[in-house]
Amino acid sequence: MPEINPYARLDRFIRAYAEKPGGLVRVLQKAQEIFGYLSPEVQTYVARQMKLPASTVAGVATFYSQFAAVPQGKNVINVCLGTACYVKGSGEIFAAFKKLLGVDADETTPDGLFTLRATRCLGACSIAPVVTVNEAVFAHATPETAAAIVARYRKEGEERKDAAEYAGLGRAAATPPPPA
Amino acid sequence: MLQSTRDLAELRQRLLPRLSFRTPAAAGPPAAVLVCTSMGCLAAKSEAVIAALKEEVAALGLDVTVHETGCLGLCKFGPAALVYPGQVLYLGLDPDAVRKIAREHLRDGRLVAEHLFRDPETGAAIAQLPNIPFFRRQLRAVLAQVGVIDPGSLEDYIAAGGYAAFATVLGWQPEAVVAAVSRAGLRGRGGAGFPTGRKWAAAAAQPAKRKYIVCNADEGDPGAFMDRSIIEGTPHAVLEGMLIAGYAVGAQEGIVYVRAEYPLAVKRLETAIRQARRAGLLGKNLLGSDFSFDVEICHGAGAFVCGEETALLASVMGRRGESRPRPPYPVEEGLWGEPTVLNNVETLANVPLIIRKGPEWFAGIGTEKSKGTKIFSLAGSINITGLIEVPMGVSLREIVFGLGYGPPAGRELKAVQTGGPSGGFLPARHLDTPVDYESLKELGTIMGSGGMIVLDEASCMVDVARFYTAFGQDESCGRCTPCRVGTKRMVELLDRITGGTATVADLELLEKLAEDVKDASLCGLGQTVPNPVLSSLRFFRDEYLAHVKERRCPAGRCRKLLH
Repeated sequence: MPEINPYARLDRFIRAYAEKPGGLVRVLQKAQEIFGYLSPEVQTYVARQMKLPASTVAGVATFYSQFAAVPQGKNVINVCLGTACYVKGSGEIFAAFKKLLGVDADETTPDGLFTLRATRCLGACSIAPVVTVNEAVFAHATPETAAAIVARYRKEGEERKDAAEYAGLGRAAATPPPPA
Repeated sequence: MLQSTRDLAELRQRLLPRLSFRTPAAAGPPAAVLVCTSMGCLAAKSEAVIAALKEEVAALGLDVTVHETGCLGLCKFGPAALVYPGQVLYLGLDPDAVRKIAREHLRDGRLVAEHLFRDPETGAAIAQLPNIPFFRRQLRAVLAQVGVIDPGSLEDYIAAGGYAAFATVLGWQPEAVVAAVSRAGLRGRGGAGFPTGRKWAAAAAQPAKRKYIVCNADEGDPGAFMDRSIIEGTPHAVLEGMLIAGYAVGAQEGIVYVRAEYPLAVKRLETAIRQARRAGLLGKNLLGSDFSFDVEICHGAGAFVCGEETALLASVMGRRGESRPRPPYPVEEGLWGEPTVLNNVETLANVPLIIRKGPEWFAGIGTEKSKGTKIFSLAGSINITGLIEVPMGVSLREIVFGLGYGPPAGRELKAVQTGGPSGGFLPARHLDTPVDYESLKELGTIMGSGGMIVLDEASCMVDVARFYTAFGQDESCGRCTPCRVGTKRMVELLDRITGGTATVADLELLEKLAEDVKDASLCGLGQTVPNPVLSSLRFFRDEYLAHVKERRCPAGRCRKLLH
């Protein structure tokens, strides 16, 4: 299947939302879904297409914690720092991740594998402290959980790299030769 | 498509058998299992439990259906499942456990003892949900259908009497609906407790043609998950509340502003909206009347301040979620300058009950000024964490010890924090305080949306106050100086106190600054962010003094003060 130009995908969405006032947050959410983060180029593009001042777009993009202006890691680790998690020691878990990954809050590891973020209450206080990695939820976490998570996703990252290389080879072999 | 209120009533009659065996009195062989798929249980792999259960039921050739259901409240012991008839509650499930339950209970009719609820005090197994003290001591009104119906099924909701309240009000004058809500004494469950009827009356009085109903499902309070649980457990009740509100004030459009961090709640709402549209319960000329109403979802993008009504509206309009001075109030000038009613999820979910059971029924529950029930999320240092619904006015002691069985063995209760960053601490000696809007306010805290965090002696009050203040600083929209700069300075002072470098003058400055931020901030966020500091100073000043004068943290929590 041919890859659709990401900007074309975004355009389609912007057109659908052009009728509705106030769609900027929604468009930026879509843009982040498509591009992974909101680069200055993407923000400028959105501003132009929606006929909004670039400052308005940047203002909204920087206001909400959901939006990131830099590339995010393959695995986004979210440590809940809501009250129930905090009083049960999620502060220490967050510190453990910082140390393990060598990054600060909202930073990504140099290999692009992990981004560390703090989240404000996932509303799952009864299983506190909670850590999520992408969609996966880890209940009753401890600093040891942090170590296990990092080890597991590093290993998966390695395996996926192998698999990707393997799949790449397979695809190359299956591609028909260009017509003479 | 339902064309009239009669169609709805007839449909309900046809659907009644779905729920007949799910009543407490029903008896007979097992017919259905409802498995909780709320966030706590999902994290404990309830999806694998459902898959294994379905497989085993099929393999054994049993005539038992398997459904999803919303949060039963005992999240700590998840995944949970209920077997009907009989309402037998099983906890701590995994695929092996449900295979066993399928063989022994569903096929052979024998209870599986090791997965039944055990009373934390006596150790006795209690099989039936209504007999478990945790449930017996509650008054589940808004949550009555949770654990009984499948939240993904419109048919279940209609069979349980859903949308009947909406059908009823279509036969009334809109003023009569507002009057009923006023007579019931319903107050906003989002925290401030403003009378809902008065808000609706103000919006109804506006001559504008376009009006909006906005459901606030932002729930940014750390330590609160009531709204998430209501939406996940009974999404149609929220839509029905919005329909009734729309009819009462003359609005045709509804928006649910929901947190992006709640993917399951969003999914359940989307499903409910789709089902309601298809059934003719949302859209044009509903049930043959000339009333039209539709609902859309607006995804929050992560900002605590968006729980504040004017900031929320700015966010819905695609702008930065900055608050603005009131008046004009949203009921006068809200979305796109039109009159807008903003109600919280729990407020709206109460509305169908008020209509169905009558305002007098509602007003008969609770205290003189705080009517009805309130849902709390109980968390922190407590044996049973989870979701509860109790009549207004019960004591904190009943909630913490009667329902939650207090802190774990060997721990001593120190304080209960209510209302999140806008609230405060109640020390153990005030445990007999009735939980209602006024009593809590008198003690320097608030009901808030209903988060309740139990703290034991291992928690340092200064540290927790710092936690909330840092939260407030981080979430300040930055528009007004007292909030933007004031909270930053407060965090610095608190850092000095927990770091052991503060003087008594710093402590005095902190208190003064907290008062100033409270007085001078523009919106509810800044006005309430100092509350945890002020409240802990009121009840736990000793602890501050120990930090400042003796360079000692009585709870042993502040690392820099450990020698």
